[in-house]
Amino acid sequence: MSKTNSLPEPNDQWNLWEVFIQESDNEPHRHAGSIRGADAENALQNARDVFARRGKTKSIWIVQSDHIVATTTGDSASFFDPTSDKVYRHPHFYKHTLDDELWKK
Amino acid sequence: MSENIAAMEAEFNRRIAAGETIEPNDWMPEKYRSQLKRLISQHAHSEIIGMLPEGNWITRAPSLRRKLALLAKVQDEAGHGHYLYSSAETLGISREEMFDQLHSGKAKYSSIFNYPTLSWADMGMIGWLVDGAAIINQTTMAKCSYGPYSRALLRICKEENFHKKQGMEIIATLIASGDTGKAMVQESFTRFWWPTLMMFGPHDTNSPNSPDMMKWKIKLKGNDELRQRFIDMTVEQAQKWGLSIPDQQLAFNEATRSWEIGEIDWNEFTAVINGNGPCNQERMETRRSAHDNGKWVRDAAHAYEEKHRSKITTAA
Repeated sequence: MSKTNSLPEPNDQWNLWEVFIQESDNEPHRHAGSIRGADAENALQNARDVFARRGKTKSIWIVQSDHIVATTTGDSASFFDPTSDKVYRHPHFYKHTLDDELWKK
Repeated sequence: MSENIAAMEAEFNRRIAAGETIEPNDWMPEKYRSQLKRLISQHAHSEIIGMLPEGNWITRAPSLRRKLALLAKVQDEAGHGHYLYSSAETLGISREEMFDQLHSGKAKYSSIFNYPTLSWADMGMIGWLVDGAAIINQTTMAKCSYGPYSRALLRICKEENFHKKQGMEIIATLIASGDTGKAMVQESFTRFWWPTLMMFGPHDTNSPNSPDMMKWKIKLKGNDELRQRFIDMTVEQAQKWGLSIPDQQLAFNEATRSWEIGEIDWNEFTAVINGNGPCNQERMETRRSAHDNGKWVRDAAHAYEEKHRSKITTAA
């Protein structure tokens, strides 16, 4: 595990935030990009101006970048390994004894 | 240690070859990192400087509709600059450092923005030709191997289409308006044709960074191939509008089904890239003063945030 964007930040820059946009109901918030903002309110306004200029935005989340914890590409093979042999978590693992027509429904 | 690096480099090359994207925290060769920093920051600078030739016409747009469209377009360019600075920052270069490189003249930006915008037809020409060329470059680059750059480009490409269409509408309107309008378009087209072709960069044979960039899938097509794609598309559009192309040697090659152009004036290209184009000095001065004049806004936001934070701390 490591923090993303763990870069040195010079003092004269505003804080770095990650922006997540939800485009409509029933859709998840998706990462749209990063934004600079002195404080949360300022960052939220900047996120709106940069990522939501064309409508199609239901809601915006922002979170300070150094609060995000993520897997790394190097670790990911072993980290996700425990799920790779659990085929019984997928529907195609199961064999049917019913007639085809009924099974497909 | 060096064996370790060789192993990491082999793994890196395997991932590139497999078409995987490289993310900020992944190991990458120093040269891959430095090439990307250079490329993405130059691209960001081009978006920011690219606001200036069009900003020149906002107060003189011929109607409210045109003015709104132009304002929205210039605002998009600022947004594009922002996406790109953010993706360059993930490589470990600060925004201040990139600004310093731009303001000191160390960093380059697209040569096209060092040409003046002398008439309203130039606003159409920038949308049609300059943004049209940029779309060809950027849609190709959007498949590049560095994740944050690729994602920024996808977002940019979606917005560029509006830019191109608003430019083409301006041109079509001027042409339909009669001889004066058409002459304005022709004059503008004649000035912008060659500088737009230069936007694709030197011939591949003279492009020193190309081989590494292609190997690492930072770049996916050569400059000449992309330029040719633009020429073939644009010559036909220009002909449909009845515009004459300022190139005596322009000829259609039946075998390749492609338009062949005369030689580009590379001396002009080199001069403009190295700071001696018609507007380099003015662009840099405008950019520097915009940055200096905006300092109090940045400082005020900082001060507000600090005051707010100290209040919360005191209360707790």
